[in-house]
Amino acid sequence: MSATSTLRKLETLRVSAVVRVTHWITVIAFIALVISGGEIVISHPRFYWGEVGNVNTKPLFTLPIPASRHTVPTGYGYVLLDQNGWSRYLHFEAAWLAVLTGLVYVIWGVANGHFRKNLFPLPADRNRRAFRQAIVRHLPWAPTAAAKAGSYNVVQRTTYLIVIFVLFPLVIWTGLAMSPAFTGAVPLAASALGGRQSARTIHFFVSNLLLVFLVVHVTMVIVSGFKSRMRAMITGRVVVAKERT
Amino acid sequence: MTNFSRRKLITGGLAATAGISGLGAAAVVAQRYGLIPPDNGGVWGPGETLTYAAQRLLTTHSPAREFSRSMISKMPFANETSPPNDAFKHHQANGFSDWRLTVDGMVARPVSLSLSDLRSFPVRSQITEVACEEGWSYIAEWIGTPLVEVLHATGLLPQARYVVYYSIDRGWWESIDLADALHPQTLLTMGMNDGDLPVSFGGPLRLRVPRQLGYKSVKYITQITATDSLKRFGEGLGSASPEGGYAWYAGI
Repeated sequence: MSATSTLRKLETLRVSAVVRVTHWITVIAFIALVISGGEIVISHPRFYWGEVGNVNTKPLFTLPIPASRHTVPTGYGYVLLDQNGWSRYLHFEAAWLAVLTGLVYVIWGVANGHFRKNLFPLPADRNRRAFRQAIVRHLPWAPTAAAKAGSYNVVQRTTYLIVIFVLFPLVIWTGLAMSPAFTGAVPLAASALGGRQSARTIHFFVSNLLLVFLVVHVTMVIVSGFKSRMRAMITGRVVVAKERT
Repeated sequence: MTNFSRRKLITGGLAATAGISGLGAAAVVAQRYGLIPPDNGGVWGPGETLTYAAQRLLTTHSPAREFSRSMISKMPFANETSPPNDAFKHHQANGFSDWRLTVDGMVARPVSLSLSDLRSFPVRSQITEVACEEGWSYIAEWIGTPLVEVLHATGLLPQARYVVYYSIDRGWWESIDLADALHPQTLLTMGMNDGDLPVSFGGPLRLRVPRQLGYKSVKYITQITATDSLKRFGEGLGSASPEGGYAWYAGI
């Protein structure tokens, strides 16, 4: 059974089941949030800064799209269908799914040392040179040494940490800061951001950053070997190069 | 191998049983403490229930944010309402002198109040924000009688759990739980920014529910009904909003 033992050796590294399950639930929740969020924005594609803003006040910027309400001046001669009802229901249901999944992931990740072991940059990599090297290695878009080692490089680690501990908390906070009941209980949630409309604008930008992350992430998965990456995130099996040290 | 599978099966079974009984117990407790919204069914039910339950555990007694006078919006946006019906036009022609607010249902002494009757109650004012579900908002000063004063005066019965309220256009109706109905900021509003409440903003009478989105602040209120259950109202989903696809609880 030498074939089996070789295979065993190659499969010593695994993506944990918790990571895989929470990853895919987050994918579903995030896609639902993006679709419903985009739909909700269409009803008022104007953004403001401060506490208040409406069609009678000057916007910070306006998205060049038609709106689903004829009370909003867009320059388009037509009005899109109002889909806010199900969009809002879906947005909050998906938000719960994302938040609860995120809680499981973060609590598990802290308890189990996942963040320390797999996501905090290695001590040797905590410098600018390591960052540059990790990026340069990707320029020809060849499978990287880090990928061969079944581990994340410093750029990946930093990006994931920012997504998990900065962007997601920020998008949740700015979402809550738009709730009239929640901001009543926690006024600082809105005032610390400059007001309700500032929160809405930041919510929009952070969502866009998360969307950019998604696009880059999927691109990198495709470039670095779609099949093996998908297999790793679905079955947990990471195929590692044979001369792994 | 068999032992392992059996053990797994038993553990799994126990976990599943515990989980299901846990959910069952949670549902009973949630029902008991009023944490289940009327639109709890269907595919959006779980999300709505989580939102409403979390808000009721966190924000039952908290006030909506109030603002300084300098933050009152110079250019508030009234939003649109469907064209007024004949009854409304008649009242408008009379300067709303015959406008009546009926308070009935689970109250000891049902009444019909004129606007001046309402003004004989303690009048309060608050500077709060109207936030529309579409995303826009404005701040105004709202002046009127707290709903809680009227409910106390009419003798709200202890078994009442919700207050249903209707616009003069009967197709436009909402309801709130007692946490919002008895909340001191929930205002039968007759004035705005030191003047009478303009018709476009809901005059002569609008129920302002500042802890929820704008669509819960129904304009042109003529009737308030206290009830222990929302099942008998409309399709039983709590208000016209869920019947039109929007969430009943809009404190998000």
